[in-house]
Amino acid sequence: MKLELRGITKRFGSLVANENVSLLVQPGEIHCLLGENGAGKSTLMNVLYGLYHADAGEILLDDKVVNFAGPGDAMAAGIGMVHQHFMLIPVFTVAENVILGHEPTKFGGVLDMAAARVKVREISDQFGFDLDPDAIVGDLPVGVQQRVEIVKALISNAQILIFDEPTAVLTPQETDELMAIMKALRERGTAIVFITHKLREVKEVADKITVLRLGKVVGEASPQESANELASMMVGRAVDLEIVKEPAKLGDASFVVSGLSALSHNGTKVLDDVSFEIHKGEILVIAGVQGNGQTELTEAILGLQYKATGSIKLNGEELLGKRVKQVLDMGVGFVPEDRTEDGLVADFTIAENLMLDRADRKPFVSGLNLRLAYLREFATKLVQQYDVRTQSIETKAGKLSGGNQQKVVLARELSRELKLFVASQPTRGLDVGSIEFVHEQIVKTRNSGLPVLIVATELDEAVQLGDRIAVMYRGKIVGIVPSTTPRQVLGQMMAGISA
Amino acid sequence: MKALKLGAVRVPIILSVLTLITLWLAVAAPSGITTIQVNSNANSTGAAGEAFRFANITAITAQSAWISFGLTAIVTALAWWFSLTARKPSRWLSIGFGVIFVFNILISLFNGQTMTITALLHGSLSLAVPLVFGSLAGVLSERVGLVNIAIEGQLLAGAFVSALVATLVQNPWAGLVGALVAGAFVSWLLAVFAIRYVVDQIIIGVVLNVLIVGLTNFMFSTFMSSNQALFNSPPRMPSIDVPGLSQIPVLGPVFFSQSPIVYLMYFAVAGVWFALYKTRWGLRLRAVGEYPKAADTVGIKVYATRYRSVMIGGALAGLGGAFFTLGQSLAFGKEMTNGAGYIALAALIFGRWNPVYAAFAGLLFGFAENLQYSLSTVGSNVPSDFLLMLPYVLTVVLVAGLVGKVTGPAAAGKAYIKS
Repeated sequence: MKLELRGITKRFGSLVANENVSLLVQPGEIHCLLGENGAGKSTLMNVLYGLYHADAGEILLDDKVVNFAGPGDAMAAGIGMVHQHFMLIPVFTVAENVILGHEPTKFGGVLDMAAARVKVREISDQFGFDLDPDAIVGDLPVGVQQRVEIVKALISNAQILIFDEPTAVLTPQETDELMAIMKALRERGTAIVFITHKLREVKEVADKITVLRLGKVVGEASPQESANELASMMVGRAVDLEIVKEPAKLGDASFVVSGLSALSHNGTKVLDDVSFEIHKGEILVIAGVQGNGQTELTEAILGLQYKATGSIKLNGEELLGKRVKQVLDMGVGFVPEDRTEDGLVADFTIAENLMLDRADRKPFVSGLNLRLAYLREFATKLVQQYDVRTQSIETKAGKLSGGNQQKVVLARELSRELKLFVASQPTRGLDVGSIEFVHEQIVKTRNSGLPVLIVATELDEAVQLGDRIAVMYRGKIVGIVPSTTPRQVLGQMMAGISA
Repeated sequence: MKALKLGAVRVPIILSVLTLITLWLAVAAPSGITTIQVNSNANSTGAAGEAFRFANITAITAQSAWISFGLTAIVTALAWWFSLTARKPSRWLSIGFGVIFVFNILISLFNGQTMTITALLHGSLSLAVPLVFGSLAGVLSERVGLVNIAIEGQLLAGAFVSALVATLVQNPWAGLVGALVAGAFVSWLLAVFAIRYVVDQIIIGVVLNVLIVGLTNFMFSTFMSSNQALFNSPPRMPSIDVPGLSQIPVLGPVFFSQSPIVYLMYFAVAGVWFALYKTRWGLRLRAVGEYPKAADTVGIKVYATRYRSVMIGGALAGLGGAFFTLGQSLAFGKEMTNGAGYIALAALIFGRWNPVYAAFAGLLFGFAENLQYSLSTVGSNVPSDFLLMLPYVLTVVLVAGLVGKVTGPAAAGKAYIKS
């Protein structure tokens, strides 16, 4: 089926999420929708899928104008969607999830689960998915859950499939498999819209590329164009994706983790005998698919994992068993992975957020009072130094863009006297400009002679930023390798195969 | 040796503690005799099924306490053996243990008195009917994502309207229909405020309960109590003997010679279970309660599903309310539900949001509550405050000990706002 969007405009209050966007997707074509976070890709697809109602413009299927009141209409018309956040019910079985919304029934609305199982097996076998219709979805690995999403989209015989950032949660191997699935679907004549901001994937599968920026189509591109050119179109200025960093000048190994283990609240090992060391002036990247113990590792360093065993030594001093405040005072800078939840207090002003870690001491207090004049001076200086784009230091942190929020967190953490810097997914969800800034700051910190620990889930970032890369899988370090290691090897390590 | 996880030995540990209690009961057993009468006296529950009579059994309290201790010790040992050989102790072990344990406690409590089994069961069922209907209302509401604190209000509204309508029309069945409508109306209010106006569900539930109490009290004092004959003397709803089933010895007269509302309850429990787990309607309902956005993206109407399910639940609670008046041929009285809605809520959670388990939990609470009445009528020397406490102690021990971690529907209590 041919899909055409004409002049779609969607506003949320005063914010224009999509402005006069047009798109043409042919059957048997993989059409990439490329753009930064917040460029309006997901909004556009939600309009197409009937979740949002467009303020202007029309949707055409095979040259006929259609109107969708809700996702039900879109599905009935042959549009399927693989959502970025899976629309699966964790406590339901695979079969129950797949049939939801168009259940096969016997008399009087009684579910026909036998028919459902047959259908699931049928579609699953076509693509070699090997899904068990009776497995509980919440027990399945993320990659398999995504296959359930795909089967769910295909069961209503979708002719147009939308993949919304499908690779964000996958290992490199799973990503490769997904690319193969998309190609197989293309062979069957399905029209595919592939939303992403990862240039490598675009270049691998795309037949056509449409680039969105700030809600508008800025142009079409062919997959032959270089990554830098595509990135420039996305961002609207020349960008260089390479991180420039001089060779590391290593000092002594001042940060040493040995035999670190921790249990989760339900008794499974989340950290399993983790050992590594970081030299002064070195960046060690912890790579791996999210949820393999990286969060627990950074928490253990900071003193948030009360039951961790083993040892974490900074300049010979033990960190394990100390309270968070003591750890911070020993010179640990920490950027958490979820800046809106853990990095900032959204309802506090920028200035208040900047002093969160030191609001209890001089020079911020005198007696029982906060010294607000000093705080203003301090915050103004940091906001300038870290280029936080804001009208005032009294702006609430929650109102800032993701990039500016991260700058506030970085400003606070880097303005202490540090002996170690830890950042967990510091560029997650940021625009290209902010990513460049964050990377610069990290490299600068390393060059100043600190040991730096970065948790990265994207291989590109890990390879470019790291001096060495430690790959984690199921709470264990699979191996520690130089950053020149081929991607394929790293990918295998991320799936648990040691190099 | 591999360290044992606490989770794996939870059941045997709990059973061990309870076995120690039975040991204490045996050691401290008073010298005396408990008489167990299986059938009640011929005049109390009607004639059906009474053709078959058991002889009275007399048990020496201390002796039976020691026997119970022996039996519970064996079951506990079995549970340990299962756990230590890395097998899951069967659920039947816990159930068997529970039966022995409860029976033992009964004999100790009734020491020196006569315990009539049919009377105990009959009373338990009567007290359980509103609880079961109430917990079904909770199941239907929470499974679709709305926390239903307003069960109490729905029961009370059902009791009031059924009495009023049945009196005015002089027909108990009309009263039943009135109760359905009243319960559904209260839950419609809950749904409107929770869904359309996104009011906190707990708060609106509590507000509704207070509102219904105030409203019924007001109407009761303004016209009902002063004019009993005209507004508050519902006609009796005759009980029906189910042919065949009511002839079953002991259980027949208890369960199958009952008010029609009790039979409606049996159907409601089975019906809700079947609808919830075996039909398209139920699958969609549960999907909305777990992850409304996922349901929305496959074209299920989230709001409509919520309204419908909550109102059906409210209607069932209304029936439970009607049992207070029509089922027991009583006039409406101020706040006559007396907290049954909150106990129903506990039964719902104890029953893990499953209609069948919730119904059994309701029966259990009804049994505990009835025990208190029975013991005070036979003049037991156990303090009545202790007995009042019994249902709640039972809840805490059972939920914490044997049920383990309970997870309700993921989206219960959360408003779904469409963008």
